[in-house]
Amino acid sequence: MTRGSLRATRAGGRAVRSNAIALASTVVVFGLLAWVVVHAPGWPAVRDSFLDPVVFARALPGIAGAFLVNIQLFVSAEILVLGFGLVLAIMRGLPGPLFLPLRVLSTAYTDVFRALPGVLVIYVVGFGIPGLGLVDPRTDQRLYGILALTLIYSAYVSEVYRAGIDSVHPSQEAAARSLGLGRFQTLRHVIVPQAVRRVIPPLLNDFIGLQKDTVLVSFIGVVEIFRTAQIKQAASFSFTPYLAVALVFIVVTIPLARFTDWLLARDRRATMGGGLR
Amino acid sequence: MAARPRSTGDDGRRPALSAPASALEIVGLHKRFGKAEVLRGIELSVAEHEVVCLIGASGSGKSTLLRCINLIEPIDAGRIVIEGEEITAAGVDVDRIRRRIGIVFQAFNLFPHMSVLDNVTLAPRRVLHTPRRTAEGEALELLDRFGLADRASEVPDRLSGGQQQRVAIVRALAMHPDLLLLDEVTSALDPELVAEVLSVIRELAAGGMTMLIATHEMGFAREIADRVCFLDAGVIAEEGPPERLFSDPQEARTRQFLQRIIAAGRL
Ligand SMILES: Nc1ncnc2c1ncn2[C@@H]1O[C@H](COP(=O)(O)OP(=O)(O)OP(=O)(O)O)[C@@H](O)[C@H]1O
Ligand SMILES: [Mg+2]
Repeated sequence: MTRGSLRATRAGGRAVRSNAIALASTVVVFGLLAWVVVHAPGWPAVRDSFLDPVVFARALPGIAGAFLVNIQLFVSAEILVLGFGLVLAIMRGLPGPLFLPLRVLSTAYTDVFRALPGVLVIYVVGFGIPGLGLVDPRTDQRLYGILALTLIYSAYVSEVYRAGIDSVHPSQEAAARSLGLGRFQTLRHVIVPQAVRRVIPPLLNDFIGLQKDTVLVSFIGVVEIFRTAQIKQAASFSFTPYLAVALVFIVVTIPLARFTDWLLARDRRATMGGGLR
Repeated sequence: MAARPRSTGDDGRRPALSAPASALEIVGLHKRFGKAEVLRGIELSVAEHEVVCLIGASGSGKSTLLRCINLIEPIDAGRIVIEGEEITAAGVDVDRIRRRIGIVFQAFNLFPHMSVLDNVTLAPRRVLHTPRRTAEGEALELLDRFGLADRASEVPDRLSGGQQQRVAIVRALAMHPDLLLLDEVTSALDPELVAEVLSVIRELAAGGMTMLIATHEMGFAREIADRVCFLDAGVIAEEGPPERLFSDPQEARTRQFLQRIIAAGRL
């Protein structure tokens, strides 16, 4: 047996052992938690109102169907956010006194929209804009929801973009400009493509938040997954429909979270490899 | 200052013209960074097809001068004239000027997210609006000329330093610059990779490219330059043909500088 394979075997042995430890500790911790919950004095009542299998089975199809509305909301908002966030980030980075107003505008925008609670923005957009009487009163409330989510999340995403743009070394800009590329050509072909690659993981992270926040749009009368659960709760006198909502979000979000982590780990490996070369 | 007579070089590779046009003319150039005045009145002219080497201690402002010529750094006073056009005048379209002046940096500065071919064709396609096929054909020809044809579809990170620097030179050449500025293009390279880059520059000189080269490679400067300029304390302290400047420097500070170089074993 060569030294290398010996080392591999030993490493393999370590891996098996640490896996066993991890499994054991997980079982113990979660077993204890479950025991505490199940022996709580209010457990039977909670079980009956949150974990009614009959209600669950009846509610799930409708709940899952209502999630289509949430998907519409977040897919539309995400596409708009990708564009608007980038515009904000670029405005923020324009140099020189001429562009001061744009810089100030962009800074003020991101500050304000990150400060405001999301529900507030959704209320103001969903009830305020129709109230102005300038737009067709029959406009779908979903559009206001998409607009509000876009306004909120563009502020966060523009900061993510900005970090990415700042992380591209100034010598890249110098190289592009020295070839005669203009400022916007340089951004478009050299800076932004490099920046976007670096910020995909944090961007996805913000999108996980955005997907969950689509339930807030129920406050302005959009019948989406959360509102549907409320209706079913009222009809069945059981909170179990909310469990179905939770399940849907978990099923959709966890793969995205894992994917984001995987991307992050891959980037880390890539940069480490580059650094060691 | 009128254009200097050019040396024709002993191989006579550059045909003598009766009135050589000045490719680059710098008059009274000043540049400061905050309180530090790095350039204090540079006077320099480079004739067409001339190769001028810029030598001087580290921090003497060689890179700064090249960056000023390429309008990457704004200047504080003076004039820079390229083929009769003052590029430092107010209201000049800097992008139009920059595409006539190629610059190659010490650190290559290739675009890491694009293939070698895209690095080379980006500016011709976006700035000169050369059709893709034409630009790529021309780029492949240039890459082939410098032994890089088989690397065209690689990303820069997978190339050796010498190859990356040659790509950077090709990228600048693809814009057909009137003037090429080279800023210590070999100093980031391992010694065994220096030769391949120097031979590229030699070939460009033989082809009549007008070049201003900042370098620490005194042997190379001696071999390739029509004229060597010694930069010190923000001015060109001495200039002349390499044979004279290296073997019979007139100024005390030039002598000191060269002695230090010799002591360091670099000449
Ligand atoms: N962006 C900048 N801001 C402030 N100071 C600068 C800047 N760029 C250069 N300098 C200063 O200007 C001086 C000249 O720098 P420069 O890089 O032109 O020297 P150099 O002759 O190219 O040196 P080297 O041979 O080491 O490359 C140095 O003292 C440097 O610290
Ligand atoms: Mg330098």
